[in-house]
Amino acid sequence: MSATMEPTSDLLGARGPLDQDWRKVINYGLLTALVLMFISLANMPVGLDSRKIIEPLLSMGYISLLWVPAALGYAVTSEKVLEGMVAHKKGARELVAGLIVGLIGGGGLGLLIVLIDNFDLRDPLVNWSPQLLALLTFDEGIGYGVGFWLMAGAALGLFGGAAHVVSATVRKVVAAAILWILAFSVFETVISDISEGIQLEWLADELYYVRGGLSQQGAVGVAVVGILFALFGREHVREAKQSFQSLEGEKRTRANAIMLGSCVVATIVLPMVLGRITNELLANVGLFVLLALGLNIVVGLAGILDLGYVAFFAVGGYTTAILTSSNRGESWPDWMPHTHWFVALIVVVVFAALSGLFIGAPVIRMRGDYLAIVTLGFGEIIRLLFLSDWLGGFTGGAQGVTNIPGVDLGFVEVKGTDPRAIFYLVAVFCAFAIYVSWRLEKSRIGRAWMAIREDESVAEAMGINTVNAKLLAFVVGAVLAAFSGAIFAAKVGSVFPTSFIILVSIVILVVVIVGGMGNIYGVIAGAAVLIGVLGGPKQPGLLAEFSEFKLLIYGALLIWMMLKRPEGLVPNVRRSRELHQEEFLQDAWLKGHVDTDDQDELGDEGGVAPA
Amino acid sequence: MTDRNGATPLLEMRGINTHYGAVHILKDVELAIYPGELVCLLGGNASGKSTTLKTLLGMVTPTTGDVVLDGEVVNGKPTSYLVERGVTMVPENRRLFKRLSVKENLELGAYLRTDRDGIQRDLERVYSMFPRVYERLSQKSGTLSGGEQQMVAMGRALMSNPRVLLMDEPSMGLAPALVQTNFELIEQIHQEGVAIFMVEQNANMALSIADRGWVLQTGRVVLDDTADALMANPELRASYLGEA
Repeated sequence: MSATMEPTSDLLGARGPLDQDWRKVINYGLLTALVLMFISLANMPVGLDSRKIIEPLLSMGYISLLWVPAALGYAVTSEKVLEGMVAHKKGARELVAGLIVGLIGGGGLGLLIVLIDNFDLRDPLVNWSPQLLALLTFDEGIGYGVGFWLMAGAALGLFGGAAHVVSATVRKVVAAAILWILAFSVFETVISDISEGIQLEWLADELYYVRGGLSQQGAVGVAVVGILFALFGREHVREAKQSFQSLEGEKRTRANAIMLGSCVVATIVLPMVLGRITNELLANVGLFVLLALGLNIVVGLAGILDLGYVAFFAVGGYTTAILTSSNRGESWPDWMPHTHWFVALIVVVVFAALSGLFIGAPVIRMRGDYLAIVTLGFGEIIRLLFLSDWLGGFTGGAQGVTNIPGVDLGFVEVKGTDPRAIFYLVAVFCAFAIYVSWRLEKSRIGRAWMAIREDESVAEAMGINTVNAKLLAFVVGAVLAAFSGAIFAAKVGSVFPTSFIILVSIVILVVVIVGGMGNIYGVIAGAAVLIGVLGGPKQPGLLAEFSEFKLLIYGALLIWMMLKRPEGLVPNVRRSRELHQEEFLQDAWLKGHVDTDDQDELGDEGGVAPA
Repeated sequence: MTDRNGATPLLEMRGINTHYGAVHILKDVELAIYPGELVCLLGGNASGKSTTLKTLLGMVTPTTGDVVLDGEVVNGKPTSYLVERGVTMVPENRRLFKRLSVKENLELGAYLRTDRDGIQRDLERVYSMFPRVYERLSQKSGTLSGGEQQMVAMGRALMSNPRVLLMDEPSMGLAPALVQTNFELIEQIHQEGVAIFMVEQNANMALSIADRGWVLQTGRVVLDDTADALMANPELRASYLGEA
């Protein structure tokens, strides 16, 4: 062990351009080729071609290919610098490795072009199409296409490898330019919406091409601003952040209050300057924030993996629908009143709590995988009940319940045609849910939930009534989901069994996992990114063209998160420490901070006495 | 059963039979723990030691027989009922809530208590007993060293202000040096006046600090004597202390 701790001289200098880990380089090259072919055959280039980034040069379709050689060309030579060692000097070796990776990747696409031209595999592979061929060859013939992708692959791989070689400033400038252009393109709807709202249409007109995408001068402008910000602005932001974090006591409380206040003001003011589409989007995000906050209590705090969470969303939606709609199932007796939304809401709370108890009581005694599978089943059962002929007279079966009125507030009716009002309604409920989550986390019952999540038997031995505590988690989660369902019903104006498919459960869970389990901010960030940008199960996001690939991206994102950032986008400090515990222990051990009775914790490495 | 000068036992098992499904685990088990004593239950694998503990703490309901606390029959009562009345378990292998801080672990030990002053007093008692624990209060308990985790586990149990501590295999899964420390901790707690009922495979270690002991074999109590007498018992020496 101690031998590797000494930085040996032959590790320090730049290595020759051909002193490669050839096996790794070839593997990364083949991986690049495979990923490029997969993306092509998954139809992303063709499907996303209509979304322009810079008109007319670049579309999202090409971006879906171009990032691959660059990213893998960078990754092939990136290495972890171990503590106590000095990194290798970067040089020609990195460039060569990136170049080869990109070249092989480009070769893969070239091969695909030749194959598409010569064989017809459209039968199993529906996207094996002339459109794909046209897109990949730029309508200039096979030779041009193959040549282009070989060159482009090599160039991008070189670009990726060069990221290791160039100075930090250059890296910062390039990254800023790329990120700003992408961000301005992705948020095009929002930005032109806001600029219209604050009477700056001319700016948006300058920036964007008429039919979407940045104009060329717009792209240049955005890149320049991004670079200037990266060079001069970011330091200030970082300093401000640090001075905020270093505040203590009363000052910190005041700073927090100011932050909270500005969030509230932004939530109130922002929708006023935003247009219909963006408000609609925000409302959808809000509905999922509400759902995800509820599931976060069940999964994140109490550790109950509920895969049938959509059931409570459905209960909320259907209860509201049946109580308020003029067109509910014909089996209801005449005396059953059509109530106001708020009256329905009270019934919703009762029904959600009851269904939480009914579903919770049998499943709560199970643990882990069994519980997950049983909840999955219950989620489906609820949907099938609403769909069934047996309850069809009450729930409308496949026709669902329609003609659900909006929320009549006296001065205004909150309904789907007014997404801004819906957003405000959702925001109020989200604020309530955030407050409840926050209070519960700090409370005695929150403690008990965390103890159950950590070790159920020991929690029981501490005197915690685990059955009651878990049921309570289920019920609180159910009520929050039902609120979301109630707003959903009023927003959409109709509910159908297909609105409550299992996919909804999965999307909510992905939101919670990607955002950061057990973390309120994380959950909100997760919903904003996934639902706002990519779109929900049925709701389009900012990147509406992505709807076809949503599940693919969800899956890829989930895998990537589990590998690289298991604590989620906004990590909960506690959880992040848990997940990276091994690294922490190793670091501490290297620094000699862990004493020798840690042997049993450290496992094998611990057997060696610290140097 | 040994009568302690007419004192009433704190916690008792009277003619306990326990079944898991159809399998007969505990057979007519009788034992009594008196206030402030340190006793141990010895037995090999699958002799019913852990079931005895779970039965005492109400996590398993006996088929026949009574668990008696302060003269009151408590079988069928929930675990919380016993914890509230001063019966606390230290689970085997420490089993801390690893992702929670040391402080949170300690506070969870006092989960059922509402007397804030008493909780504060007991927190300070734990800090003075284990200064190392105090140094690590805000640290996540899973990152502590083995010895520190053991202290937190003991501290967590003490936070319920117990009259009797049920210890499940305190020497299980620990390095030899730690076993020694651990038994010292047990004696320290015992000296504070807490009765200790220890379930152990490590007969040598347990008998060296205990007053009395029982030996459990396939669910039946086969020996019931003072620690010294058990140490001297040739039968026990043969089966547990590895002497022929």
